[in-house]
Amino acid sequence: MAKIASAGNYGPKVRSDCRVTIELTNSDGIQIELISKVEKFFGDHIISLTKSELAFFGIDNAKVKIEDRGALDFVIAARIEAALKKADNTISKSYLPEMKEHCKYKTAKDRLRRSRLYLPGGSPKLMLNAGLHGADAIILDLEDSVHPDEKESARLLVRNALRTIDFKGSERMVRINQLPLGFEDIKEIINENVNVVLIPKCESKQQVIDVNTYIKKFKKGKSPVFLMPIIESAKGVMNAYEIATACDNIIALTLGLEDYTADIGVRRSKSEEECFFAKSMVVNAAKAAGVQAIDTVFSDVGDMDGLYENVKQAKAMGFDGKGCIHPRQIKVVHEAFLPTEEELVRAKQIVDAYKTAKKEGKGVVSLGSKMIDPPVVKQAQHILKMAKLGGMIK
Amino acid sequence: MKKADKFVKNAAGRLVPTIVNGKKVIPFMGVNKYRPTHKGTAPRVPTCIDYPKDCNKIVDSLKEALIKAGLKDGMTISTHHHYRNGDYVANWIFDIAAELGVKDLIWAPSAAFPCHSPIIKHLESGVVHHIEGSLNGPLGDFCSHGKMKGLGYLRSHGGRYRAVADGELHIDIAVLAASAADMMGNANGVLGKHPFGPVSFLRVDSKNADRTIVVTDTLIDFPCYPWEIMGNDVDFVVVVDKIGDPEKIVSGTTRITKSPDRLLIAEYAAKFIEAAGILRDGMNFQAGAGGISLAFTDFVNKVMIEKDIKARSMIGGSTKYLVDMMNNGRTDYIFDGQTFGLEAISSLRDNPKHIPIDVFDSYDFHAKSNLVQMMDVIVLGSTEIDVNFNANCVTHSDGRMLHGIGGFQNCMMAKCTMIAVPSFRDRIPVIKDEVTTLVAPGELVDVIVTERGIAINPRRKDLISATKNSGLPIRDIIDIKKEVDDICGIPTKPKLSDEAVAVVEWVDGTILDTIRKVED
Repeated sequence: MAKIASAGNYGPKVRSDCRVTIELTNSDGIQIELISKVEKFFGDHIISLTKSELAFFGIDNAKVKIEDRGALDFVIAARIEAALKKADNTISKSYLPEMKEHCKYKTAKDRLRRSRLYLPGGSPKLMLNAGLHGADAIILDLEDSVHPDEKESARLLVRNALRTIDFKGSERMVRINQLPLGFEDIKEIINENVNVVLIPKCESKQQVIDVNTYIKKFKKGKSPVFLMPIIESAKGVMNAYEIATACDNIIALTLGLEDYTADIGVRRSKSEEECFFAKSMVVNAAKAAGVQAIDTVFSDVGDMDGLYENVKQAKAMGFDGKGCIHPRQIKVVHEAFLPTEEELVRAKQIVDAYKTAKKEGKGVVSLGSKMIDPPVVKQAQHILKMAKLGGMIK
Repeated sequence: MKKADKFVKNAAGRLVPTIVNGKKVIPFMGVNKYRPTHKGTAPRVPTCIDYPKDCNKIVDSLKEALIKAGLKDGMTISTHHHYRNGDYVANWIFDIAAELGVKDLIWAPSAAFPCHSPIIKHLESGVVHHIEGSLNGPLGDFCSHGKMKGLGYLRSHGGRYRAVADGELHIDIAVLAASAADMMGNANGVLGKHPFGPVSFLRVDSKNADRTIVVTDTLIDFPCYPWEIMGNDVDFVVVVDKIGDPEKIVSGTTRITKSPDRLLIAEYAAKFIEAAGILRDGMNFQAGAGGISLAFTDFVNKVMIEKDIKARSMIGGSTKYLVDMMNNGRTDYIFDGQTFGLEAISSLRDNPKHIPIDVFDSYDFHAKSNLVQMMDVIVLGSTEIDVNFNANCVTHSDGRMLHGIGGFQNCMMAKCTMIAVPSFRDRIPVIKDEVTTLVAPGELVDVIVTERGIAINPRRKDLISATKNSGLPIRDIIDIKKEVDDICGIPTKPKLSDEAVAVVEWVDGTILDTIRKVED
């Protein structure tokens, strides 16, 4: 059993985080050393927070060092809990910050998912204002963006973030690790009003079923947790349809091209033509399963024109959304998903014809001499919704 | 002599001294309430026959120039800050003064930078008594701890100009770094080995000081033209190897911010002026060189391109971005009081529509007109703001004086003054119940833009109604404050001593606030 352990980050470039080092001792009570750039304003408060948390865990003797770079309470609490649990792996209680009212909103299966912003699960600074950028969803990532040594610490931070931060209506998603580590993630975060769980490196139906079974086992309450499997390998692409239909709470299928290109032994190019088959398969499988198809991320954060073209292409292929790794990408993605003027005019005509038919009690919708099928009406309604969201119409 | 004495409550409700460093001062009376009636002081009358017949005023060294200028105890010495953090000259002056055993000097720079921290030893030893001007960094911190012998006196750029011109701040010796000069003392900042832009900040000193010394590292044959500084105002010319490091003029703050939150603030500010109808053909605006201001300008530029809008003028600090905008037809003119980077300097030198301006033209409250009054919008940063729209740009919330006052107060004269700030920094809320130091009265701040929303001063009913249906997140300032306090928690108010360490002067010469000693 390790008697001394630390968690979190500290350094001149670190913001909104802290490093907590705890040494469990046998005598001399609690000794706290605080180094904080906000000490004059929050020093006493941080000390008292630390004391009550240690009391909660029943720790009577410990040397605690907090090196703070302006971390908020939920961050400090998560770092203390992580350090404690590293120092003593028999501790199993959770020190939960109050669940704020603004964290309790619901989601819907068919809501818009044009943009989803990835937030590394170990970086509080990037989380705090993430909700301000208007993404349809935010993803608190526990997988690739978190170093293997930091998995537990990040999990607690993400849990606390889900209870504290106002993501302002962005759908609340968490990307868990691959199984079996992913099970630990589920246990810790599933009751924190997670709207969607992203399952990485999906290759089979069974993987999705396993995750879903585990979620059901630990989930309290009736609010749904939706699933978004990520296809990131050749095998996954081949099994895309069975993955997309594995459970009835899957809402979208998405694609990770970094891993996919590595798996098929090619370099990812800017045009992504080597991924054409994978993209088509994912779109087709998703649509066949009646769920959304979401495209991978665009990694060059400086190239907004390239991003715009890339998303236009994705939209033309049938994708409904795009991953974002920087807040400035969100607006560009939303713009690229806007319908063209031509699409908009036609969609208006179809919806008007539908309304007229409904008013007149006709079962069949027609535009000119053409019959309009219900899926076409639905598609037209979707186009109008996108146009409205993008400010093209009122 | 007490540093500060006879305190009274001024019109802003702040306790301020009526005697500062032994001189009587007037407490702030309210915005636009004080009208001085006296005449400005005239400079010492020189006679040309007392100067070399061949007009060659070159002396061997700065030391010789200072001795010949009659440097003695208690004098006021001025310098400019066009070299910003790369200035060499100010440090030399006080090293020489120390060598000569001179005491109790007053340093009146247009601004001080961290590169001037060697002057701290001269403040400690008594060579320098106190500083009047704009203080920041290590010198500001030194002053905040009450270690300066005299009281610090913070004047805005425009306020400094006014004080020199009306005799409130008498300059005994002005030492003026110029990137090029001739033997007569005609000088500028655009020619020579290490150009830096206009010399606007010390022109008033060259006209009003008893003695003016030009220090240059590039002596050129007569005439040195443009002669922004006129040789007829100059007593001595000193030639040195290098007057400063131009690389340090451009600091990290003169690049467009990459922070997504700051970009959002800049974008909101740009969208606001678009919605309010301010962004239109023929507009005039100040586009500062700080991170958010620069990003704001970039967003404005994009809208201008999209809608084919052209401004009539932009005021710098000019940067490559502004120059590019002018070259791409987005503005007819750039007015420039401070230049960042070689592209901007060459533009200032070579493009007749890139016009150097004097602080008098742009910022002086007692000029007969003021360029900032014509500005449709100005975007500024701030250390703190409060629920009454008061703003602070000199002290942090812990009371330490770490930022220069600059032209902040002068910009309040614009038609729409916007403060663009993050709503909290490192968990310290930027929106307070009351600012630690009052630098700009709330009635002059029109709009506050944060990443969490835009607050419009209730006095600006026109802006409120113009932007009502803009779809922008326009919110009550108290509402934004509540959200921020909920995120950060309520900070403990730091303890400040009663002891005054500096005063903040308002643009009209009255005393707006007192800065208190920080206790560590």
